[in-house]
Amino acid sequence: MGQAVDTPIASGTSRRGFYLTFIYGLWSLIGAALAAPALLYLLLPPKVRRESEWIDAADVTALQPKIPVEVVFRKNRVDGWKITSEKETAWVVKLSDRETVAFGPQCTHLGCAYHWDEAKTEFLCPCHNSVFGVDGTVVSGPAPRPLDRYETKIENGKLLLGPLGASSGSKA
Amino acid sequence: MFGSVALFLFLTQAFTGALLAFNYAPTPGDAYNSLRYILAEVTAGRLMRGLHHWGASMMIVIVVLHMTQAFLYGAYKKPREATWMVGVVLLLVTLAYGLTGYLLPWDNRAYWGTVVTTQIAAQAPVLGPYLVRLLGGQGEVGVVTFARFYGMHVLLLPPATLLLIAIHVYLVRKHGVAPEPGDEARPQKKFFPEQVFRDTVAIFIAFVILFVLAVAVRVPLEQLADPTDTAYIPRPEWYFLFLFQTLKVFEGPLEVVGSIVLPTLAILALLFVPFIDRGRMRKVTQRTFAGAVVLLAAIGWGGLTAAAVATTPKPAIAEQIDFSQPTGWLQLSPVEMAGVGYFRQENCISCHTVGDGKPKIGPDLAAGSRKSASWMIQHFKRPSAMVPGSAMPSIQLSDAELNTLAAYLLKLNPRNAEALQSAPDFAVQGALIYQKNQCGACHMVNGVGVKLGPALNGVKQRRTKQWVEDHFRNPQALSPGSIMPPSRFSPTEMERIVAYLFVLPD
Repeated sequence: MGQAVDTPIASGTSRRGFYLTFIYGLWSLIGAALAAPALLYLLLPPKVRRESEWIDAADVTALQPKIPVEVVFRKNRVDGWKITSEKETAWVVKLSDRETVAFGPQCTHLGCAYHWDEAKTEFLCPCHNSVFGVDGTVVSGPAPRPLDRYETKIENGKLLLGPLGASSGSKA
Repeated sequence: MFGSVALFLFLTQAFTGALLAFNYAPTPGDAYNSLRYILAEVTAGRLMRGLHHWGASMMIVIVVLHMTQAFLYGAYKKPREATWMVGVVLLLVTLAYGLTGYLLPWDNRAYWGTVVTTQIAAQAPVLGPYLVRLLGGQGEVGVVTFARFYGMHVLLLPPATLLLIAIHVYLVRKHGVAPEPGDEARPQKKFFPEQVFRDTVAIFIAFVILFVLAVAVRVPLEQLADPTDTAYIPRPEWYFLFLFQTLKVFEGPLEVVGSIVLPTLAILALLFVPFIDRGRMRKVTQRTFAGAVVLLAAIGWGGLTAAAVATTPKPAIAEQIDFSQPTGWLQLSPVEMAGVGYFRQENCISCHTVGDGKPKIGPDLAAGSRKSASWMIQHFKRPSAMVPGSAMPSIQLSDAELNTLAAYLLKLNPRNAEALQSAPDFAVQGALIYQKNQCGACHMVNGVGVKLGPALNGVKQRRTKQWVEDHFRNPQALSPGSIMPPSRFSPTEMERIVAYLFVLPD
């Protein structure tokens, strides 16, 4: 008699268990099938149309050694679905006969525009007094790393600028 | 069961809709480009749009099935009248999503479909002018209409839907799920886990169908909305086709009957079903009248939709271009396009890679290290003479054709190689005809050719297709003094060359 009562309960629990397994299992599949593409959609960078663009920024022969010049040029920027032509600035310095560099115009601390102090021959950021040497290294102040540099190449005496890359290295 | 699936689909729509909105700019100036960006550049963007597009269609199907079931079972009867009526409003809201969402891609299809919608609204007696103003269509569909449709689609309708669903579900819980007639005496099945299990299985099946549709069936994007395109024949989304067809039955002053009066009466009838049929609950097998109504409605809907589909003209060739794909080929010169044609015809791709891809037996044709055109032509004729041991078969084309192929290969790089896949066949064939007939000796396309005759970019703005066809047959009849020789094209050739000229960028 005891057995007769037990059996339906036992089969009842297993049917319940079967239902629950399916319910949780199917919902997990649906959740995963929606969440995985959503994460890819949000987190992966879009396929970049990298137009390898080199911009003629300055005449190298006209540069004086170790005297930075601010140059302004126009550059196409791909911003999502838009390609905008923007004004960009670079500080161009001829460090030696063999090396000419172009710094990005923003302080590496918090992005303020710095300027060249001719008297002290240093780059000075007015926001928090970061000071950079003519080669972009941090002299003093809170800036965490040297000035960022554009990729450069020289063709027929013209300085061509590529993309702006973050500088690596510490204050030194 | 269908109710749960409908709720699930609504939540999925909200989810995919929000994700799309993260990369979508809701203004006519940017909507189209941002959608192309989602489709072509954002990872899984095509899948998201597919889910949203097909989810909308499935939602209509499921909601209609849900209503049909409730109707057949007589689930609208006392005390469930309000549940039914809220359900009818939810159906209307679902249709409103379809109507407003249709405009948002801002391609030709969206634009012209909405032009028709707003003009139908304008026909409404008394209310017409106010409705038009409400829809922002002050005589035309523009930025204001777009903003209103977008606002309705994402700001107004979702909370309204949530509220209505809450009322609907509350009423269902309050009065209980309508028992299947004849089953009233049996104890109700437990909601959890039995009913939940059944719903879950149904939802899962619906989701699998939706996912497969989104992955497998491409949702096309037409060209950017062009209000000056007089040749475009608008068609509504499939679930509105029956209304579209109804409209054709009524002409002249009676048109308002088809566009406004009948739909309004139908909605009212649907809304007041519980008060029209006040009989007691009966077994579904005894509800012959209700069954007949459903059958008639299905036949009517199916017949009208089929008639609308049957009378849809074959879309013009140019409308078959999928603008959700890269369209760099539009910038190619006719010589290059013809080169694409020979490249495909000779099946060069079976042995050569272009740009990235698995290395194949032959060299990558998009990589650097160029040979000269004359070297290539010699090589095409006798491959092993130029490259000892080459396994390449010689190409059987005329010198002029080989020249075209060489000209194309000289310009091939990884960036423009996508044209090999994406250039539609009609345009390639059109360019081949253009090349063969040496149109470039007098005309210019994409900056290549001679300026003796008029440049052919933008010809679609200046002339109709018919004019161009007639002009091909007898140039002097339409342009007196023209030195252009008449052309004898076969009908297929004529169609291709004209279609090619009409897709050229302005």
